[in-house]
Amino acid sequence: MKAFTYERAASIAQAASASAVPGARIIAGGTNLLDLMKLQVETPTRLIDINRLALDVIEDTPEGGLRIGATVRNSDLAADPRVRRRYGVLSRALLAGASAQLRNKATTGGNLLQRTRCYYFYDVTKPCNKRSPGSGCAAMEGFNRIHAVLGASSQCIATNPSDMAVAFRVLDANVETAGADGRSRSIPIAEFHRLPGATPSVETDLRAGEMITAVTLPPPPPGVQIYRKVRDRASYAFALVSVAAVVDTSGGRIRSARFAFGGLAPKPWRIGTSEEVLANAAASASSFNAAANIVLRGARGYGGNDFKIPLARRTLSAVLAQATRA
Amino acid sequence: MEMDTPAGRNALDAAARGWVGKPLDRVDGRPKVTGRAIYAYETMQGPATAYGYVVEASIGKGSIVSIDAQAAERAPGVVLVLTHLNAPAQGQGNHHEAHPVLTGPEVAYYGQPVAFVVAETFEEARAAAYLVRVRYDRAPGRYALRANLDRARAPRVASADSAVGDFDAGYAASPVRLDEIYTTPLQSHAMMEPHATLASWDGDQLTLHTSNQMLNQGRQAVARTLQVPVEKVRLVSPYIGGGFGAKLWVNADAILAAIAARQLSRPVKTALTRQQVFHVTTHRSDTIQRIRLGADQEGRLQAIGHDSYSGNLPSEPTFEAAAMQTRTLYAGANRLTRHRVAPLDIPVASSMRAPGEAVGLLALEIAMDELAEKLDLDPIELRLRNEPREDPERHVPYSSRHLVACLQEGSRRFGWAARSPRPGQVRDGRQLVGMGVAAATRGNPLELSRASVRLGPDGVATVRMAMTDIGTGTYTILTQIAADMLGLSPDHVRMEIGDTAFPQASGSGGSFGAASSGSALFDACDRLRAKLAAAAGVDPGAARFADGRLEAGGQSRALVDLVGASGVEADGEIRPGETLKAFSQQSYGAHFAEVGVDVDTGEVRLRRMLGVFTAGRILNAKTARSQAIGGMVFGIGAALEEGLTLDPRFGFYVNHDLAEYHVPVHADVPEIDAIFLPELDDAANPLKSKGIGELGICGAGAALANAIYNACGARIRDYPITLDKLLGALPTQS
Repeated sequence: MKAFTYERAASIAQAASASAVPGARIIAGGTNLLDLMKLQVETPTRLIDINRLALDVIEDTPEGGLRIGATVRNSDLAADPRVRRRYGVLSRALLAGASAQLRNKATTGGNLLQRTRCYYFYDVTKPCNKRSPGSGCAAMEGFNRIHAVLGASSQCIATNPSDMAVAFRVLDANVETAGADGRSRSIPIAEFHRLPGATPSVETDLRAGEMITAVTLPPPPPGVQIYRKVRDRASYAFALVSVAAVVDTSGGRIRSARFAFGGLAPKPWRIGTSEEVLANAAASASSFNAAANIVLRGARGYGGNDFKIPLARRTLSAVLAQATRA
Repeated sequence: MEMDTPAGRNALDAAARGWVGKPLDRVDGRPKVTGRAIYAYETMQGPATAYGYVVEASIGKGSIVSIDAQAAERAPGVVLVLTHLNAPAQGQGNHHEAHPVLTGPEVAYYGQPVAFVVAETFEEARAAAYLVRVRYDRAPGRYALRANLDRARAPRVASADSAVGDFDAGYAASPVRLDEIYTTPLQSHAMMEPHATLASWDGDQLTLHTSNQMLNQGRQAVARTLQVPVEKVRLVSPYIGGGFGAKLWVNADAILAAIAARQLSRPVKTALTRQQVFHVTTHRSDTIQRIRLGADQEGRLQAIGHDSYSGNLPSEPTFEAAAMQTRTLYAGANRLTRHRVAPLDIPVASSMRAPGEAVGLLALEIAMDELAEKLDLDPIELRLRNEPREDPERHVPYSSRHLVACLQEGSRRFGWAARSPRPGQVRDGRQLVGMGVAAATRGNPLELSRASVRLGPDGVATVRMAMTDIGTGTYTILTQIAADMLGLSPDHVRMEIGDTAFPQASGSGGSFGAASSGSALFDACDRLRAKLAAAAGVDPGAARFADGRLEAGGQSRALVDLVGASGVEADGEIRPGETLKAFSQQSYGAHFAEVGVDVDTGEVRLRRMLGVFTAGRILNAKTARSQAIGGMVFGIGAALEEGLTLDPRFGFYVNHDLAEYHVPVHADVPEIDAIFLPELDDAANPLKSKGIGELGICGAGAALANAIYNACGARIRDYPITLDKLLGALPTQS
């Protein structure tokens, strides 16, 4: 860990403008940032603490949705009665993540900004285009059990490790931000995380001096909500594959279905056309497979993660079967 | 005393209050949960203390071309940067004998310390460590065991191979045969407390507050490494946050801190980070094991063959002794076991909980399950049919052996009769459910140990020995032994252990700690009883000690009246003797596991587990059960989760943190239970106990592997059994 200065932000505007300075980082829960600083994967010179900006509030919106402040703790969000009642997929995704201690500390905004768990990214003596652009990718021909099979590039095959973000994706959340220039904007979750392409170090749509203030959820879509996380142990493990799904059925037929995958790609992975083939389709293995075929078109393994492709197909089928079971 | 003949009836059998065996709460429990138990890194030595941070080699093999430490030396707070250029000459030896550091430019393994940065604070030392610039000349390394099997050779010890009868002929003549390869991965101890040391010199006297399992051996190694007389070295280790073998020997933290403290003339404290522990210290080698079993049609073994390959640095003498238990576990006339070790350029491979048996039984006990299926026999019945009458290789009697009782009692309690012999037959919701069984066995060693006990005028007995408690319950069982032997209540026994200023003890390792230290204490107490009886003028053989009093021949004397103003002290000792040669000594058990395999994803979750064990006299029902359950949880990890992944391009373990090196979490461990059947083993030691620290892990993982096969029909011989290995065997989704 390199020496750094620490300050408490007095206002959102001040935090945003302070964070525009090169070397500055906003800190909330710190559950990921502090680990990365100890390993010098991140070396900020200035930390701006936003924990006292009263962003830890969950409010109803006039449209019938929820507005979740950026520093609402994962535990509090999962336990909120409105979330439990109307956005069960979000509550379950949150509780499937990390450990109780980490969830007590981790925040909504911080969870969206957490870095990949790629082993090579965490080791500064190894090549990594995300950490050190141009140095290469050690994972591609190395140990890549937890890596991406969709959305990767020749530069980077890291995955986004968030469970929460997968639920946000299926719920069509919007990320609200405030900029150093005083302007705010709303970024659809689909556009918030970026694919690595030629610049894997750029992970989100956030600009310099722009900070997350809240996440808004539209009213919940109709149907059964499921979050299924497949992992190497029963708790405290990142997803090999996860599926967030909202499925509305009637008499053995699917009215509408939406689903997103975690663990497969650099961002929560949701493909509209795969949902369309399920609309008004019979709940059957063949329709589930047809949907999986569309999602997994172009999926590519790198040796250690080849199994994720059949696993994703089987997990999606299991989730859709569960959702459509009478 | 020397253990040359079976113990016979003794004072412990006759103990009036019977503290030994009771589920006494840990006597060190309260200090631990209230923060008053001081661990190595928490020991304070005043504001002069400086803090060290290890810089690890980031190549697996080669040499250092140059080290630029200037930026680090100029960094805030830095007082010293040690490298091979300014480190002192040190004594040499293998990992058991010495631990020289920074000896030259050669890099023998990834993570080898190449510098040690000392600063006023830990944070300053760590920040400066990242400024040390090391240029390497990389050499091609040999890292992977499988790729280097052709270079494997017999270890330089006589016990590496064994042969009885004619294996080849017996195997060829067997009508039912099995010949399979089993593999177990590299494993890391993953104990809770990382290695840590506070070193300080007072003139030429060195004191190391360090986290170490065997202090007397450690003291020798420190003295040899630093080339100082052994009596000038003191190791202090009253509390240890787990070891599992990772702290059996002196590690780099202790030597680096000692050297830096000497150069700076001030105390130096260091702790490895969690990530550093994986490379800087030891691990368990991976193994490739070939097992061949030949049986007649009734399931009686005619031939047993076990070949095991492991890897280690060429300079190290140890190998993973995975075939050892195969020499004693089952009957059979024709037997062959062989160990081979491949020289690899990897961190030091050494002992991890139940070295040998833990991974050997992972293989052997799947093989027995497979053989039972070939014979259409119940796997318990197969084991019963191969119960030996004597040790089949040494041809000596067992000191005590109740494997059959463990299997039968476990079968009854677990409901084994309900198991479907055909795999894939039982469903519960979305889980395929199966049951598995495996035998447990672990050798029962005894080591030289000494103890002193002094009964003071306050009626409190103070026990001193250089014994350690690594979280096992040693403080407590020693308290119980002294209480029974001296007729005191446990709160009148004070344990002072974990210091080489006290009499030499075995330390904690190899399941020998309780028996060795407890027997030394038994002997010391026996001698103190004789002194007290003499003071009372009675025959020690007739004296009865209870409630702080000595009773004999109609007279009753308070012990405090017999010790005078200065108290009475006695020394005791245990030495291993003829009974180790005259008897084959092991503890035994049987594991029963029920698992669910998710029919969609292949995720394996343990549903319930039972271990039934015999290990001689149980010294504390509670700590013994905890030990057994802890071992079983280790077995769950070995079966399903644990494994270091080697990246052969770099020679390093990719998943070197606890996020990605998976050990079981609470949610992985449902209802499990462990019970001990009554047994006394009077050939083992005067306590008539046998080791239990490692028994629980032995065979545990194989019970899960066999249960997975029973659940879904996938016979996986490559640990850990992760879901990707099962996907192909799962039923088509409908």
